[in-house]
Amino acid sequence: MTNKPVLELKNVSKTYTIKQGLFGKPKPLRALNDVSLNLQHGEVLGLVGESGCGKSTLAKILLGLEAPSEGQVLVDGQALAGQDRIALSRRIQPIFQDPYSSLNPRKSIEDIITLPLRVHGIGDSASRDRELHKMLDIVGLPARVARSYPSQMSGGQRQRVAIARALIMKPEIVICDEPTSALDVSVQSQILNLLADLRAEFGLTYLFISHNLAVVEHLATRVAVMYLGRIVEEADVATLFETARHPYSRALLASVLTPDPDMGVPDTQLGAAYPNPIAPPSGCAFHPRCAKVMPHCSRIAPWPVPTSDGHVECHLYDQQPLQAAS
Amino acid sequence: MNDAPLLSVRGLTLDIPTSGGTLHAVRGIDFDLNRGETLCIVGESGSGKSLTSLALMGLLAPKIRRTAVRMTFDGTDLQKASRRQLRQLRGDRMSMIFQEPMTSLNPAYTIGDQLTETLLLHKKVSRAKARARAIELLEKVGITAAESRLSQYPHQLSGGLRQRVMIAMALMCEPELIIADEPTTALDVTIQAQILRLLVDLQREMNMALILITHDLGVVARVADKVAVMYAGELVETGPASAIFRNPAHPYTRGLINCIPVPGRNERGARLGTIPGIVPSLVGEVTGCPFRGRCDQRVAICDTAAPLRRLPDGHEFRCVHPDGHRHEEVTA
Ligand SMILES: Nc1ncnc2c1ncn2[C@@H]1O[C@H](COP(=O)(O)OP(=O)(O)OP(=O)(O)O)[C@@H](O)[C@H]1O
Ligand SMILES: Nc1ncnc2c1ncn2[C@@H]1O[C@H](COP(=O)(O)OP(=O)(O)OP(=O)(O)O)[C@@H](O)[C@H]1O
Ligand SMILES: [Mg+2]
Ligand SMILES: [Mg+2]
Repeated sequence: MTNKPVLELKNVSKTYTIKQGLFGKPKPLRALNDVSLNLQHGEVLGLVGESGCGKSTLAKILLGLEAPSEGQVLVDGQALAGQDRIALSRRIQPIFQDPYSSLNPRKSIEDIITLPLRVHGIGDSASRDRELHKMLDIVGLPARVARSYPSQMSGGQRQRVAIARALIMKPEIVICDEPTSALDVSVQSQILNLLADLRAEFGLTYLFISHNLAVVEHLATRVAVMYLGRIVEEADVATLFETARHPYSRALLASVLTPDPDMGVPDTQLGAAYPNPIAPPSGCAFHPRCAKVMPHCSRIAPWPVPTSDGHVECHLYDQQPLQAAS
Repeated sequence: MNDAPLLSVRGLTLDIPTSGGTLHAVRGIDFDLNRGETLCIVGESGSGKSLTSLALMGLLAPKIRRTAVRMTFDGTDLQKASRRQLRQLRGDRMSMIFQEPMTSLNPAYTIGDQLTETLLLHKKVSRAKARARAIELLEKVGITAAESRLSQYPHQLSGGLRQRVMIAMALMCEPELIIADEPTTALDVTIQAQILRLLVDLQREMNMALILITHDLGVVARVADKVAVMYAGELVETGPASAIFRNPAHPYTRGLINCIPVPGRNERGARLGTIPGIVPSLVGEVTGCPFRGRCDQRVAICDTAAPLRRLPDGHEFRCVHPDGHRHEEVTA
């Protein structure tokens, strides 16, 4: 494992414009706000955070599917903008959140999964067919589905098709956006074991976006926590799950539902002051919901405070030097 | 009438003609649901959970053949109901939250149009009232800037926002039954917890019945009154949530529980439990226990039989073994 980032975001921001009301003026929505992030060769970076905080936007920018409004994306230290798309897609493959909209409804499953091979002119039809059946087997789909169409499959079956399509190229980097949320737990565990095996065998690198923290804890080596377009905490997986620092990270961990029938749904203690991305709160974006809010949190935006294995962006930690894993 | 279940289903069967023969996607399922109760359906991907809910809502594709011994909603026979009656029921008294929001939100209309449509259709309210209700519900499901979201189109929302729009839409008419197909998969855990609390509260307030389809056994454990485990078109185990989690009887249910990563139980990064093998084809005739090909408790008679076993407290499962475990003495 080298320490050179294979993918890098440098001060990336992304702003969308949305219309306010029927006749209102368009307003900017800052989906990513000056985000810097490294993906090291061979690591699994888990990305977690509130729904709508910008995780998929970040993934799309890393894949070159959306251009950043500001900042830079680097692949092996080279600017992504201007690099050959086809060559890149051989190295970086996505697995998306919504398997329905990412599969062409008019193509058979066979065509969908082998498309990357055909685009890159890899193999002949016999070898492509072998690869197809190998992938179907790996993702736990019977060979008989090859001739089916996406509309004839269940949600989880479609997601497995998307996974097979991404992995058939043996990419170096896989950007996974909620890859297993549509799957039953037995298929999920199969896919997670597969992702781990591929990493051990071929040194694959993953960005793994998931709302399932148990899965992130299981697979990730490092975790980044996002809140409203910012990465508010970054740490090794053990640190984050054992001694999370940011109050939002702690709220996330406290909301995990373990399969315990004696317990009800916990109160998140976060209140309903959901942040409005068009008019983000002043100071620290999390302050209206924070259990540890201090007077200056609403006035001064926090800045990243380096820790032994990452950073945390919270005024609780920027007064005095941080103790390692306090 | 008050003691009768709100929803009663017996022998629901769904057959789909395919080029290779008939796919027996759902093979005779039975359940009852009372007002104020939550039934969670879990199970293997492709086992027929979504089709079952579409069948209840009368929204199946025309080519899918549905038969049932009984399928009633508050005494109304859903099999005999006319299209008009069904349309009347849907959205007003029973509503559905679909698994994939993108397929059920119309990309050409704004969120606001889609939210107010059902209310304008079923209840005599003004446009302004409908709009106000839409904003109120969007706020309840945790969407801020609700007013400006109304003029957005589905593709401009994140996955979780779309899912919450669907949830708000299902609640617009205060239905008596909600069928929610994976309603919280695209949501982070804090919002998931808040939405589940909202559903549970509304359910208490309005004595609403809830069918929740989910792969998340954590959600099931925390909200279900009853659990139904589906495999290959059958309910292989049903019962009170506490019984299913404490004494899972069917080998498939035990396998499922064993697959979830549980902090503390699994070492970080260690391999997870799996259920080897794949689901049998349901095309053509299906005999015996559908799980036998993957089951570590299999014996010879599993090829032909999977009898229904009854345990105390309405806990039932289908297996040749009286307690779901193979013992040496079992023979034909
Ligand atoms: N094309 C677009 N036009 C306008 N706004 C957009 C567009 N795409 C995304 N957004 C907004 O940007 C923000 C971030 O969206 P994004 O999809 O990245 O969130 P996310 O973290 O992936 O959320 P989820 O967990 O719900 O999938 C949201 O407020 C979303 O509404
Ligand atoms: N229109 C269709 N034509 C042919 N087969 C279909 C059709 N719709 C569904 N099926 C098949 O019926 C079976 C049940 O599908 P269903 O969508 O109910 O699964 P599910 O239990 O909801 O799965 P998931 O958890 O993955 O959403 C699947 O094997 C699917 O491939
Ligand atoms: Mg997303
Ligand atoms: Mg489904």
